[in-house]
Amino acid sequence: MQEHKLSRRIFLKSSTSAAAAVGAAGAALVPSAAQAAAPVGSTATNLNYPKRNVGKAGGMPVNQAVSFSYPDASSPCVALRMGSAVPGGVGPNKDIVAFSSLCTHMGCPVAYDGGTKTFKCNCHFSIFDPENGGQMVCGQATEDLPKVLLEYDARTDTVAAVGVDGLIYGRQANVL
Amino acid sequence: MSTQIKDRIALPPKDAQKTNMTCHFCIVGCGYHVYKWDANREGGRAASQNALGVDFTRQVPPLQITMTKAMTNTVTDHSGKRWNIMIVPDKGCSVNSGLSSTRGGKMASYMYAHDGIGRDRLKSPRINRGDQWLDTSWDNALAIYAGLTKKILDSDGPSGLLYDCFDHGGAGGGFENTWGTGKLMFTALQTPMVRIHNRPAYNSECHATREMGVGELNNSYEDAQLSDCIVAVGCNSYETQTNYFLNHWLPNLNGGTVDKKKARFAGETAAAAKIVIVDPRRSATVAICEQIAGKDNVLHLDIEPGSDTALFNTLLTYVVDQGWHDKDYIAKFTRGFDDAMKVNRMSLEDGSKATGIPVAKIRQAAEWAYKPKASGHRPRTFHAYEKGIIWGNDNYVIQSALVGLVLATQNVGRRGTGVCRMGGHQEGYTRPPYPGDKKIYIDQEVIQGRGLMYTIWGTNPFQTTLNAEEHRRVLGRRAQIVNEAMARAKGASVEQMVDIIYDACKNKGGMYVVGINLYPTTLAEEAHMLLPATHPGEMNLTSMNGERRLRLSEKFMDPPGSAKPDCLIAADIANTLKAMYLKDGKAEMARRFDGFDWKTEEDAFNDGFRRAGRPGAPPIDSQGGDTGHLATYALLRKAGNNGVQLPIQRVEGDKLIGTEIHYADGKFDTKDGKAEFKPAPWNGLPKIVADQKAKHRYWINNGRANEVWQTAYHDQYNSFVRDRYPMAYLEMNPEDARTLGVAAGDVVEVFNDFGSTYAMAYPMKAIKAGQTFMLFGYIKGVAGDVTSPWVDRNVVPYYKGTWGSIKRVGSVDDWKQSISFKDRRFA
Repeated sequence: MQEHKLSRRIFLKSSTSAAAAVGAAGAALVPSAAQAAAPVGSTATNLNYPKRNVGKAGGMPVNQAVSFSYPDASSPCVALRMGSAVPGGVGPNKDIVAFSSLCTHMGCPVAYDGGTKTFKCNCHFSIFDPENGGQMVCGQATEDLPKVLLEYDARTDTVAAVGVDGLIYGRQANVL
Repeated sequence: MSTQIKDRIALPPKDAQKTNMTCHFCIVGCGYHVYKWDANREGGRAASQNALGVDFTRQVPPLQITMTKAMTNTVTDHSGKRWNIMIVPDKGCSVNSGLSSTRGGKMASYMYAHDGIGRDRLKSPRINRGDQWLDTSWDNALAIYAGLTKKILDSDGPSGLLYDCFDHGGAGGGFENTWGTGKLMFTALQTPMVRIHNRPAYNSECHATREMGVGELNNSYEDAQLSDCIVAVGCNSYETQTNYFLNHWLPNLNGGTVDKKKARFAGETAAAAKIVIVDPRRSATVAICEQIAGKDNVLHLDIEPGSDTALFNTLLTYVVDQGWHDKDYIAKFTRGFDDAMKVNRMSLEDGSKATGIPVAKIRQAAEWAYKPKASGHRPRTFHAYEKGIIWGNDNYVIQSALVGLVLATQNVGRRGTGVCRMGGHQEGYTRPPYPGDKKIYIDQEVIQGRGLMYTIWGTNPFQTTLNAEEHRRVLGRRAQIVNEAMARAKGASVEQMVDIIYDACKNKGGMYVVGINLYPTTLAEEAHMLLPATHPGEMNLTSMNGERRLRLSEKFMDPPGSAKPDCLIAADIANTLKAMYLKDGKAEMARRFDGFDWKTEEDAFNDGFRRAGRPGAPPIDSQGGDTGHLATYALLRKAGNNGVQLPIQRVEGDKLIGTEIHYADGKFDTKDGKAEFKPAPWNGLPKIVADQKAKHRYWINNGRANEVWQTAYHDQYNSFVRDRYPMAYLEMNPEDARTLGVAAGDVVEVFNDFGSTYAMAYPMKAIKAGQTFMLFGYIKGVAGDVTSPWVDRNVVPYYKGTWGSIKRVGSVDDWKQSISFKDRRFA
């Protein structure tokens, strides 16, 4: 059940106002401590990230945001198939990337703009580039967008999230 | 396994030490709190278990907190104990209300840790011996510094001693440090051969407005929430005064303060503010204002470079012809209006021709900013300006024209108005009067071979001065003469070395160069001595922001090695010289170095800022005025991140009461209290600039970027910034780039008759054909290399008046892979 929820595709509509964007994110941020994976023990340095399917590479539309949650339901993320190979890209064409969609500055949801191929935050106007590892193009964040680490299984054409590089907004640790 | 953990953060425990910190960097001075705790402990996720009081057991909702990895660090004190620190914005600070910028948000990262971003900080004095920098003791460095200073003072007088020194607040400044350095330079050494961090003489950036009786910081940030119209001139405030813009302009532009305006100004028409932006470039601020206010409420006057005076004179003429000026106010509180109008008068048609702005747009701007409102009241218009005119075509004349327009429409001294510079650094000026009667163009003194010793204190002219290539070339040659002489002095005593250095400077054309700074910086390429200084957090430091808000940033950690506050370095130099003169039996000279018996930076604050205007005190020029003595460190600690707006009016209990706006009573800072109009006839471009424009195709506009603070003295070590901008970027028109065969990320040469530099091409559709914008003052690619030596009557440069040619040099493959060249304008 949970697996199904995580891998369903939601196509983001870009918000036109900061208020609408914040509201939309607020609704998505259902507390889910109970669903979180177990915290890291003393024998490992990596957090205990779950493996979650994002979808089939072949089914991903080019240059359109595919929403999913990772590592738990209260952390909205977006996967993108850019259309040509990009740094960190996975899949048959090395063009699939994914990011946390909470701005690292103050947690407002970033909206994907297919025209400029950037993520934009309507709260304080930060811009991030998914084709360059989530690099901040201009804005008030001190960190690039956290990258969701992806694995691609060629046998099943499946893209799965396996970790996050960078701290997700509003967390002491990425895994609750 | 990752050894650099990036997905977790240590939370401050409930009992973490909490102190106040005003951001080190831009003028705005956002309030932050510093949490510090034993690195072996950490707070829990429950709200009751951490000092932030935030529940981290679940996802924190948007806008509840700003807390990133960059806001944390682990530092080690002098005893070897390790501490975690977290520096997060203060929601209770009226300046930023919990917002942080990309600059201030990195403060914790930039505090010294031996394995951190700041690892290259200077930890002890260093002496350059031929081909390498070697650490030495303070005693040794001071003996050479003071020995050479004394020899020059005794043989040649103070004019042999050159200084390039900060005069501001924030890091590398503050009331403690401007006083310490000022007392050394002006009272003890009595040298007039001093320039300021960003300009080649000891002068102001605001001579005209001050002479007109209008100090340049005359309102409160809240006034930007209360205005009907904001006229922003040559300021890109989203990028350079970020949280002033986001916390005070934005809510007015989106209508969020309409109710507040109605409550404050009963009976007046109140609506969301409109904004007029005067800037030849479509800046990030223009694009973002359109998002906030809607395009219909943003008027971008993209004037021809250097034509600001024509615009203001045209607006003034139109306003007067419409009868929108305030005749009673002009008659009662000002003088010189009629004389100024005689020469400032400029028709809409002539103004349009000079500025390139259609008549209809000029008329529209005048209606928004100066036409009486529906309720019949005069609009409250706030005029904001910064480097576009400060480094513009004749600073003195532009300011005269702008402030004249403001006075004629009574847009100063009322809430919701003001005519203010936006500022770069914070402010923090307290010094004895400058010991000279004229402005000396120090860079030209260096170039012409004058001066024997040059102390470059908290500044970096190699990256920031004008005509920088020639300045660097000559200074490098003169420094090398000293290097060669010192290399031959094997086994010399300090006294012998001083004689050798002096001979090389006096008789062979050399110059001994000393840098006093946080880092070696690019000065290390030419300097002979480096002395390690501290910044806020490693010392207690007071500054004021752009609304004159004085705060104390509290010391919370040890400085690296033996680094010291600048004021105490100045005291060390003075005390060493005093001892030398006493040893020589020269009591009279020794007395000039009295009064530096400071143990702490608070002693320097009490000696300068708090003594200004007091009975028996010497003359002191202080931004605290005669009531600065009321501000004790103890009261400022209590005042926290909201501090007090200078000048202080009184103390009530333990609360400092300040001043929100100036000139509400119509009394200006002139002898008779009347504001003075100045003639400001439109003057065209200076010939030396016009000649470059005729010869070279591209306007090389230059300025700051949001992500980079000042000379990148910290940022150059931070991959977040360095990997984004490995070289100064050059925004250019995409068609121009195609014509030149230049692609995004290519290295280009920018050159003209004054110099040549490299930049990283960043084609962007917002840039007009024939125009460019180059990141100023950067670590790689110095825009100042191609600026002309032209200055106005007060030796204020025209950095923006640069034209050059561009050619492709090549490309760096890695940059094309790792750097985004997408549009920096939010759309």
